[in-house]
Amino acid sequence: MLSRVADSLYWMSRYLERAEHTARLVDVELQLWLDQSPDTGAGRWRFLLEGLHAPGAQGPVDAARLMNTLVFSRSNASSIVSCIATARENLRHVREQCSSEMWEQLNRLYLEVMETKPEEAWMLKSHGFFRAVQEGAHLFQGITDATMSHGEGWQYIQLGRYVERTDTLASLMGAHFRRTAPPVDQAVESAEYLEWVALLRSCMAFEAYCKAQTAEIRPLRVAEFLILNPEFPHSVRFSVDRINAALHVIGDLTERRAKSPTRIAGRLRAQLSFSQIEEIVAEGAHAYLENVRSECGAIHSAIHEIYFDYPIETELAS
Amino acid sequence: MGQQAACAGRAICMAAESSMTATALPQRFRVPSTRVSYEFEAAYDEMFKAPGVPREHYEALHKTLLGLPPEELRKRQQAADLTFLHEGITFTVYGSKEGMEKIFPNDLVPRIIPSGEWTKIEKGLTQRLTALNLFLRDIYHEGRILSEGIVPRELVYSCRHFRREMRGLNVPRDIYVSICGTDLVRLPDGSFAVLEDNLRVPSGVSYMLANRKVLKRVFPTMFRDYGVWPVDHYPQALLATLRSLAPENCNYRQDPTTILLTPGVSNSAYFEHTFLAQQMGIELVEGRDLLVHDNIVYMRTTAGLRRVDVIYRRVDDDFLDPLCFRPDTILGVPGLFNAYRAGNVTLANAIGTGVADDKAVYAYVPEIVKFYLSEEAILPNVPTYLMSNDSQRSYTLENLEKLVVKAVGESGGYGMLIGPQSTAQQREEFRARILAEPRNYIAQPTLALSRAPCVIDGGVESRHIDLRPYILMGEKVTLVPGGLTRVALRKGSLVVNSSQGGGSKDTWVLREGNGEDRVAKIPAIGGRREG
Repeated sequence: MLSRVADSLYWMSRYLERAEHTARLVDVELQLWLDQSPDTGAGRWRFLLEGLHAPGAQGPVDAARLMNTLVFSRSNASSIVSCIATARENLRHVREQCSSEMWEQLNRLYLEVMETKPEEAWMLKSHGFFRAVQEGAHLFQGITDATMSHGEGWQYIQLGRYVERTDTLASLMGAHFRRTAPPVDQAVESAEYLEWVALLRSCMAFEAYCKAQTAEIRPLRVAEFLILNPEFPHSVRFSVDRINAALHVIGDLTERRAKSPTRIAGRLRAQLSFSQIEEIVAEGAHAYLENVRSECGAIHSAIHEIYFDYPIETELAS
Repeated sequence: MGQQAACAGRAICMAAESSMTATALPQRFRVPSTRVSYEFEAAYDEMFKAPGVPREHYEALHKTLLGLPPEELRKRQQAADLTFLHEGITFTVYGSKEGMEKIFPNDLVPRIIPSGEWTKIEKGLTQRLTALNLFLRDIYHEGRILSEGIVPRELVYSCRHFRREMRGLNVPRDIYVSICGTDLVRLPDGSFAVLEDNLRVPSGVSYMLANRKVLKRVFPTMFRDYGVWPVDHYPQALLATLRSLAPENCNYRQDPTTILLTPGVSNSAYFEHTFLAQQMGIELVEGRDLLVHDNIVYMRTTAGLRRVDVIYRRVDDDFLDPLCFRPDTILGVPGLFNAYRAGNVTLANAIGTGVADDKAVYAYVPEIVKFYLSEEAILPNVPTYLMSNDSQRSYTLENLEKLVVKAVGESGGYGMLIGPQSTAQQREEFRARILAEPRNYIAQPTLALSRAPCVIDGGVESRHIDLRPYILMGEKVTLVPGGLTRVALRKGSLVVNSSQGGGSKDTWVLREGNGEDRVAKIPAIGGRREG
């Protein structure tokens, strides 16, 4: 597979994951907003921006303007519209590598969000809009799995998705842990309860958590579930497992000494497999998640150096 | 319902009326300006032999159209348009930022060619391309045709697309042009003539395939009943052609690494590049993915560098190699020409083929056919006046308002003057240009391109069309039955190019005996091991 193609598939997948993630977060936030006093609401928005590494976390909060920044702004490269447009642009560059069904779905999603006017997505119809983005992304994922060969290209799509997911999850939870009291292993109520439920919902994890731990919200168990659960697709551990699996297959397919990415990913995976939530919390959950993010960044750089942009001189010499 | 059907019927009859003689012609079908001497009514009508009387092979289609209420027709057209938009079957319009991608307008009414007519086209095109390949080999080697004075030496050497670099270079199987799209027009007497050869990087074949796919969805029953030759095997035939041209010294002669080289996503035919690469199962590569080391071409893959053997290039000569041609290109690959010269890689089409589709050289093609094959050309040329010839030039300058003037090296409908539809100022401009550079221009009579029925605003009206069949030449010659029928969608317009408001429609070549044998004849690919 061409390096450029692998690069495009990887980034296409990252951008789409980011769009879906942002849509989910803003959707949850807008619903939570209705339950809160204006002051708490402003704090939440600020936290949301921080969790997304979006600009504008300082200064007074104007929900409509923020929404615009996060959703429609083309100057913000991480806004939902920008992400979908970039994902599509990446796929357009490698159209022959994906199935036509995949292209059709992403193109349709793109046309849909491009046609949506900011005022339409605000308030009344907002839920519908964010649902459409999430479902559009999920449908794309389903179509990808159903229509594309699960070969090397597909593996780069997996890699992009889970590298992005690990990073965004760690970032979101890091912001959450920084502003809340250290999680305790007992049920919490009212305001605090809402915050933890919002975190679970932001990770699509509320129902899955309830199945595992009942509806009693214990912050420590929530943290454990979101960081260490090996079965839930939006947990850090699950995502890192997927990164590892994809890297192994790619390594076999390309017969390359893919030492550095697999090594870093393997180390991170081992850490997550053998950590206990009590230790993590004792040492500081925020710091732990920051470390996950930096490892994730290292995996990204290593993939880039080994597969996408290697020096030609060494290749010709070997 | 009955009333609506009657409406649609009337629309068709009106279209038919336009094929009648000038006296019987309703005013609205006249050319708007009296100054124009060209007569549209002289054009051949593809569907009707007489007003309201369809040709035999159009009868079933005519009946189907009559039975469709305008609303239904409009609905089907919208459904087809939506398919094109969603599948991203688009072309890029240069010079516009927003909405850069446009769908290529597709017309729902198929153009039908009976098998007898097709057989003649097939023979004629094979003959023509065979001769042109011999011509290219000759002018880049001994130059027999030049020494014998059949084609003037200065005409060839002064051609912008003549490449000195190709002198004495041998190409696999002596085939310079392996992928060709020739533009045919039907003259008022019903015969086909060649308007233009496209021997460099002809495009449009993906629209031929897309039109077919959409048409099969829109008119499934009619399609089946008609017994139409399939076109779906084009990508496979193209791949077989490319592979048969692998370099002599290729280690994997049986399984050469074949790629498609595209200028990139902003090229107007990018959709086609991706489509063909996908359908052939080969890598779609940009210049930046390739590098040349020791005269060997490699592409950069995730598994390291991989040697490339055959390049189906959709990049013009000028932009292929900055070391050899235009130094400012970023689309090409430095060193590619040397690798080509060393015989380590095949380029299809070869470099320098543009000399044979130069519009002034075109005028000599019948002579070229006779010289190499000792045969008369099966498909005639359109009369062409060379501006480098004194008497032909003065005739042209006196009759500019009747003629079409074309720049010899241009394509895509650019650099053209259509006399009957031009203003005095435009004619003066061209007069000056012709006098300044006579070698650069030719003139042809304004042709009454044949007309076919098209869906316009839910009704059926007639529009001018041409035909571009695609010919492949490798180990053997392959013509996919049909081709791209281009339509000048603007009323009265004679320009069918997509960049100039043209569209296209599906082209049905009928089987003999109207489809006894429904099994597709798909050429086998020799030595293909994997995709």
